[in-house]
Amino acid sequence: MRDLFEIFATFFRIGVFTFGGGFAMIPLIQDAIIKRKRWIDEDTFTELLIIAQSSPGPIAINTAVFVGYKRRGTAGAFAAALGTIIPSLVIILIIAIYFATIRQNVYIDSAFKGMRPAVVALIVGPILSLSRNIATINIIIALIVGLAIWYWGFSPVWVLIAGAAVGLAITAINSRKAKN
Amino acid sequence: MIYLQLFLSYLKIGFFGFGGGYAMLSLIQQEVVVSRGWITAAQFTDIVAISQMTPGPIAINSATYIGYEVAGIWGSIIATTAVCVPCFVVMLSLAKFYLRVRGNRYMEGAMNGMKPVLVGMITAAALLLMFPGDSDSASFIDVWSWVIFGVCLMLNILKVNPILIIVLSAIVGVAIYA
Repeated sequence: MRDLFEIFATFFRIGVFTFGGGFAMIPLIQDAIIKRKRWIDEDTFTELLIIAQSSPGPIAINTAVFVGYKRRGTAGAFAAALGTIIPSLVIILIIAIYFATIRQNVYIDSAFKGMRPAVVALIVGPILSLSRNIATINIIIALIVGLAIWYWGFSPVWVLIAGAAVGLAITAINSRKAKN
Repeated sequence: MIYLQLFLSYLKIGFFGFGGGYAMLSLIQQEVVVSRGWITAAQFTDIVAISQMTPGPIAINSATYIGYEVAGIWGSIIATTAVCVPCFVVMLSLAKFYLRVRGNRYMEGAMNGMKPVLVGMITAAALLLMFPGDSDSASFIDVWSWVIFGVCLMLNILKVNPILIIVLSAIVGVAIYA
């Protein structure tokens, strides 16, 4: 029980400080889990990051579940996930409850008018930096996908499944070629 | 049955939520703005702005906020739980069998096929925020919006902390519009 509480408390602390999404928490986890607690080593952590990125869901939760499981099995995974979720659940719930009452305030409204284009910029920025590292054909695919979802109203789920299917088909064709 | 709808919608978002927060945006948008109509595009942008300034993954933040907007405190707990269930189950199985999955050619193939799609999904999220269907929800209302956008994009490329960018834009917003 003490083990589980320690796992919960460690991830709770990480959860409180993970501003700005999953990747921001990586240095925090490294410090707490590898250096101070020594729950997993550097190599396992690198593998964990690769796995966490290729499975669905927020990287923060994926990482917590993996480390919690390694430490104390399924119960440990549960404690770690709960620790990561509770801080953001409580903070957002408080904001949601009080936001409606202050939303019409002229200062709050003006602040949000300023923040909206900034939010768009924070999303466009990563697209530009991602595009620098990928092949031209993939940039064209990305553009078509963007238009398909935004303009033609395709469901992102089906486009994602189609992408995975094409990737699998290419792998299957390549491995058959390798055999012949 | 609003609780069931919330649960199923966020289960779907959790299950297909590959590629991190920004790629999940278009998935969440499609589900809660376009197909369910639970919130407007403007409200969605506000939630993204709030998420940038508060701790925690955007998927969790949006689940909590929208769950509350749609069905109160239980709604927020149900949506938040639902978005976590798929990744909990998938990650737990991967943690148990990861040595067998690691380096699997087909898994890598599927991931390679999804990569450009994920960049496209982020693009769609940006386009939807820039040009939403209803004009009341527009993120860009005048020339100042484009100035803020340009400056923030430059700051983002220069790797300035996103929280700082959001806080600065809020201050500029008050200075211009209040």
